[in-house]
Amino acid sequence: MSIPLMTLTIDGRAVAAAPGTLVINAARQAGIEVPAFCYYDGLSLQAACRMCVVEVEKAPKLLTACTLPVAEGMVVRTETPQVAAARKGVLEFLLANHPLDCPVCDKGGECELQDMVFRYGAGESRFEEEKLHVAEQQWSPVVYFDRPRCILCFRCVRICGEGLGVGALGVVSRGAHSEIAPNHGDHLECDECGACIDICPVGALTSGIYRYQTRPWEMRYTGTICTHCGDGCRTTLSVRNERVIRGNNRDRSGINGEFLCIKGRFAFDFLDHPERLRAPMVRRGDRLAPASWPEAIAAVAGRFQEIRARGGSFGAIGSARITNEENYYLQKLARGLLGTNSIDHRRSGDVVALLEALAGRPGGLASTADLYRAGAVLIVGADLAQQHPLLAFQIRANVRHHGARVYVVNPHPVREENMAVAVERERGLAGVESLGERLAGESDLVVLFGDGIQGELVGRLVGMLPASARYVALVDYANSRGALDMGVAPDLLPGYRPATAPGLGLAEMAAAAEQGGLDALWVVGANPLEHASVSKAFLVVQELFLTETARLADVVLPAAAAYEKTGSFTNVCGEAQRLNRALSPAGVKTDLEIMGLIARAMGYELAPPLVEAVFEEIRRSVPGYQIPYQAFISGAAAATTPAVGPMGIRPRGAPIRSSRDTLFGSGTLGRYCRVLQMVPERDLVQVGE
Amino acid sequence: MTGEGLYHEPHPAEVALLTRRFRLPRSASIDTYLAHDGYRAIEKALGMSPEQIIAEVTASALRGRGGAGFPAGLKWGFVPRQSPKPKYVVINADESEPGTCKDRLLMELDPHQLIEGVLIAARVVDARAGYLYVRGEYRYLIEILDRAIGEAYQRGFLGANILGTGFQFDLHTHTGAGAYECGEESALLESLEGKRGIPRIRPPFPAVVGAFRCPTVLNNVETFSSVPWIILNGGEAYASLGTKKNGGTRLFCLSGHINRPGVYELPLGFPLRRMIEEVGGGVANGKKLKAVIPGGSSCPVLAAEETDLPMDYDSLQRAGSMLGSGGVVVMDENTCMVKMALRIMRFYAHESCGWCIPCREGTQWLSQLLARFHGGGGSERDIQAIGELAQNMLGKTFCPLGDAAALPTLSIVKKFRREFEDHLDGRPCPYR
Repeated sequence: MSIPLMTLTIDGRAVAAAPGTLVINAARQAGIEVPAFCYYDGLSLQAACRMCVVEVEKAPKLLTACTLPVAEGMVVRTETPQVAAARKGVLEFLLANHPLDCPVCDKGGECELQDMVFRYGAGESRFEEEKLHVAEQQWSPVVYFDRPRCILCFRCVRICGEGLGVGALGVVSRGAHSEIAPNHGDHLECDECGACIDICPVGALTSGIYRYQTRPWEMRYTGTICTHCGDGCRTTLSVRNERVIRGNNRDRSGINGEFLCIKGRFAFDFLDHPERLRAPMVRRGDRLAPASWPEAIAAVAGRFQEIRARGGSFGAIGSARITNEENYYLQKLARGLLGTNSIDHRRSGDVVALLEALAGRPGGLASTADLYRAGAVLIVGADLAQQHPLLAFQIRANVRHHGARVYVVNPHPVREENMAVAVERERGLAGVESLGERLAGESDLVVLFGDGIQGELVGRLVGMLPASARYVALVDYANSRGALDMGVAPDLLPGYRPATAPGLGLAEMAAAAEQGGLDALWVVGANPLEHASVSKAFLVVQELFLTETARLADVVLPAAAAYEKTGSFTNVCGEAQRLNRALSPAGVKTDLEIMGLIARAMGYELAPPLVEAVFEEIRRSVPGYQIPYQAFISGAAAATTPAVGPMGIRPRGAPIRSSRDTLFGSGTLGRYCRVLQMVPERDLVQVGE
Repeated sequence: MTGEGLYHEPHPAEVALLTRRFRLPRSASIDTYLAHDGYRAIEKALGMSPEQIIAEVTASALRGRGGAGFPAGLKWGFVPRQSPKPKYVVINADESEPGTCKDRLLMELDPHQLIEGVLIAARVVDARAGYLYVRGEYRYLIEILDRAIGEAYQRGFLGANILGTGFQFDLHTHTGAGAYECGEESALLESLEGKRGIPRIRPPFPAVVGAFRCPTVLNNVETFSSVPWIILNGGEAYASLGTKKNGGTRLFCLSGHINRPGVYELPLGFPLRRMIEEVGGGVANGKKLKAVIPGGSSCPVLAAEETDLPMDYDSLQRAGSMLGSGGVVVMDENTCMVKMALRIMRFYAHESCGWCIPCREGTQWLSQLLARFHGGGGSERDIQAIGELAQNMLGKTFCPLGDAAALPTLSIVKKFRREFEDHLDGRPCPYR
């Protein structure tokens, strides 16, 4: 049943809008922009800035378009002389105590106050009094506050409280002395996500990472996908002089809108960490010595040829941080060139068991958007605020906008409980069982589960819940899901087809390398020998840093980071997204290029190591990856559709285990993100199932 | 507690309804109250239907005594009595309007009259709880009010089974923290709920979504205090005391340059001139009248020549001002109207909650500008600016506080422009 639309007139144009639509949005739908500072999509209404005032026929005075619902026959005028005068008046008031330090303000050039003054005037100042001044404050390593620039739109307070569920910001004092202030005295106790900085329309909140380095128009912008957790947020990297100096997503592209956590917004500084590898290294005796690329590639190819010729054993370890194309290419080389099924990566969630359990239910996997729309969400054994901040944000927005019911099953307190209708401390399935009847009545349920639910427990969980439920098996990193989809597993070919003769798993390979049961181990973007003291296998490591594993290597090849290449990642919800290269530093090569060079040096003719070519091969041959190319290439998240059903796979090796990173950790890569170490981790952070 | 000594000598023109017990010994005690019609109105109201009570209050033409003058019967009628949510009664005792000091007397000298009025409102909407939101600076009243509430509980006028009828109502006192803005009803509710005292977006109005998001009757102390007499004597009798649509009496707070300042209960429509000359004993020290603020500092000032008018809501509106909260501030011929404008603007700049831009910035700017101007640092251009800046606030702020700051300023600039000109060219203030 569709609700009849209401017809109103805005600036002489007939506009149809659903009942309840606010005039500011009805106008926007008709292409008429009504200016506002405090109004912000998705956050609570304030009507505080008075910029969106409009003339409405029969109304005695101007009305705020941000609080006015459309009505049948309403006649609205958004740009009359009276309206323009009111807006100019507001701007004149705002500028009275504003420092007008635009030449030294980070926001200059992308400041909404500048834009408004440009549009509505107030170019001449009548203010002759002394301006109110408050000294600048630093609230955290990443957040600075300059009160005189603040226009008190309360966006920061709302995004922190309503959006993140953190509530680190409030308002103190009164009248013209009102100030945004941390709720914990002089500092923030928060996620350090920086959403308050980005949402600030002026230069009141600035970033400790970015401030005073550039003018916005001196930068180059590249929208790509965050390299950290598995949620797949789009982040726009700003590059100046071949350095990334800012991350944000103000254009709201991508599945995350403008949401980003500390990692997506700030944790790009590993790119120019002083320990970043810039040249290949080849082992000479007991030390690694710098080598040229041709020397290093020749060293690898020669040794691989020799081992292959004598029928020696190979192992390959892929990564949850390299692209689908690279993982696909690696397993293709391993299986085709090196003749082994001993290939794996570090698994953090049991996607395979979920796909098996969903036999006959092709719609059983939830998308990121589903978390925002579902009638109910069940979170089992996961700390979403810490490990999957976008998913947590989506659920919170759902509760706020659609009143979703949230159920939490977790032995320790997690933030999602503050919006939950029921919390169960009993672990795992027992906890789900105690919510049994309530969950049975949820016809539109999305279920997220952590690594505590794996193996046969997954099937039992699915069996306990309504048949209409959709699921997310939580996995840790940016391409954890993609690595599995691409068959970087001893028992799985790309697209979850069983391998005929399963090889060694990750732990088995690591043990074999250390003990001498493997002739060669090829590690791409992983640290499997973190706790080993020696590698008896010929060890090739493609890495950004000299990790514990790289230190043991025979050849170390410096790799490009995710932000330095194109390709694709598949997020925790199975959505493939395109990476775009933000910069191309000297000395390093992408893992795909490196693998291509090694293959060529071995005289092996494989698909060319070009991202587009490999992507096409994936689209052609991997079940579930027949995604629309045009949409994908233009930046849309493309849902992959892995076949669900019995695969007959016997789980191998060690149990699947999440890294339990907090918001301030990101596996091995996190150690090289200085910003993640700068912020003090709160005692109460406790990540567990 | 006795009313003697706390309350000035009555004036023959006064009509003592609300104040009729003020001069009795121990006027605040329940025994005094019971001996003089006390709690007879609620007894009567318990035998009436909610519709009958609303009809009686509507017939009385009782209008809100807080300042806005909204008909009380109509307001009570807006409360959705069938709603499954609990209903509340909230008493606005945040009396903060400069020039106004009547509610404190009603609470100090006859708290049971207020409690009884509240009970009648509770009976209308079937509220089970009420909150008396008392201005922070009136902390000393809390003790008096709590004592009265305790007496009412003891005698069975509050609590689980009022007068044995099964009617149940609890009343609590709650202090504000000294913010003028919390006298605005929606900001009061925010504050009552423990939040920052900022106004709410309306609609919905408190009658439908009020305290704790539930339907709420919210009125001023004087409004509630007027109800028992109306129930006992009938709405018609009350209405007949005033003028059409302006029923009854109200407390006028005479202050400023006047011989007998005080709180006087006079029928609505009482001539302002007589109020000043007769009731207040005329302008102090034999000086001439220059201007009057007729209903608290938010109202446009009336020049002396405009004061021949009856004090009721409609007459004052026609005269371009407001009856407001009943605070009548008299200014003699030596008053500097620029300083007056400054004094008023300083108050509003101090009290602006800071929520919306025009009020927050406008009041601050104007108070700075007026201070400079009054000190002799003004220019012709500034006079223009004062008017324009006030105009940029008027009707454009979130709540009426911006209007309250703009209206008197605009009226002073318009009616006393000469005095602004007298401050030009660095001249010291000529009025003293």
